[in-house]
Amino acid sequence: MLSAREKELIAEIWDRLTPVAEDIGAEALLRMFATEPGSKTYFSHLDISPSSAHLRSHGKKIVLAIAEGAKDISQLAVTLGPLQTLHAYQLRIDPTNFKFFSHCMLVTLAAHMRNDFTPVAHAAMDKYLSAFAAVLAEKFR
Amino acid sequence: MVEWTDFERATIADIFSKIQYEVVGPAALARCLVVYPWTQRYFGNFGNLYNAAAISGNPMVAKHGTTILHGLDRAVKNMDDIKATYAELSVLHSEKLHVDPDNFKLLSDCLTIVVAAQLGKAFSGEVQAAFQKFLAVVVSALGRQYH
Repeated sequence: MLSAREKELIAEIWDRLTPVAEDIGAEALLRMFATEPGSKTYFSHLDISPSSAHLRSHGKKIVLAIAEGAKDISQLAVTLGPLQTLHAYQLRIDPTNFKFFSHCMLVTLAAHMRNDFTPVAHAAMDKYLSAFAAVLAEKFR
Repeated sequence: MVEWTDFERATIADIFSKIQYEVVGPAALARCLVVYPWTQRYFGNFGNLYNAAAISGNPMVAKHGTTILHGLDRAVKNMDDIKATYAELSVLHSEKLHVDPDNFKLLSDCLTIVVAAQLGKAFSGEVQAAFQKFLAVVVSALGRQYH
């Protein structure tokens, strides 16, 4: 359950991070690959070494989708419709990986925002990313 | 027996030498109580946990957070037998405190995030992996004596 204030906070944070979407996205992915080696199996067709073009463009895509969703959280199912289909029928990523990625995104935010990533911001962001992942997985079955 | 690489041993020792226990411990526990409010069930006698500000300013939370981090020290100094190191604490958390062991993971995630905020760029993916592996071993040891 997200309060109005939390939704504002989430939108603010992603708005601020959109200019560095590539950096944030790539870092979160790299953290996930380092901590959950199984997640790399979904990227066997790409070059996911640090600072590779594939990694950065992929990270950017993910962050921009998260940022877009944050602009109107009540409309997540609408905003994510096409991505839901992509993930369910083509990518078929095991949803536990969404959890791993969300955690690594939170760690990335902490490393970048330092003390600005307050417990309240963390709680709000964790809730948002969980909701995002849940909506993303809705068409899986 | 857990196998630790030289990098992992050095990384864990390095992190614990760099962080201030009286800052990180309280911050991690407070964060856990804010981000996962149901964990407050174990701290009924800690007084005011009414909102994030109250939690972050609560002296009992701070004291307990510091205690927890000093407890982690024991694992840092005994990385080759963390299971035995925490056998008693595991019994305590199970028999006396009745803490659901799933909560250990929640606290360890909050600790990871607090350390990331402290170390910034230095908390690379590889460092994070080593730290998370260490905490996973601790969490497993703390849950080991439950039955």
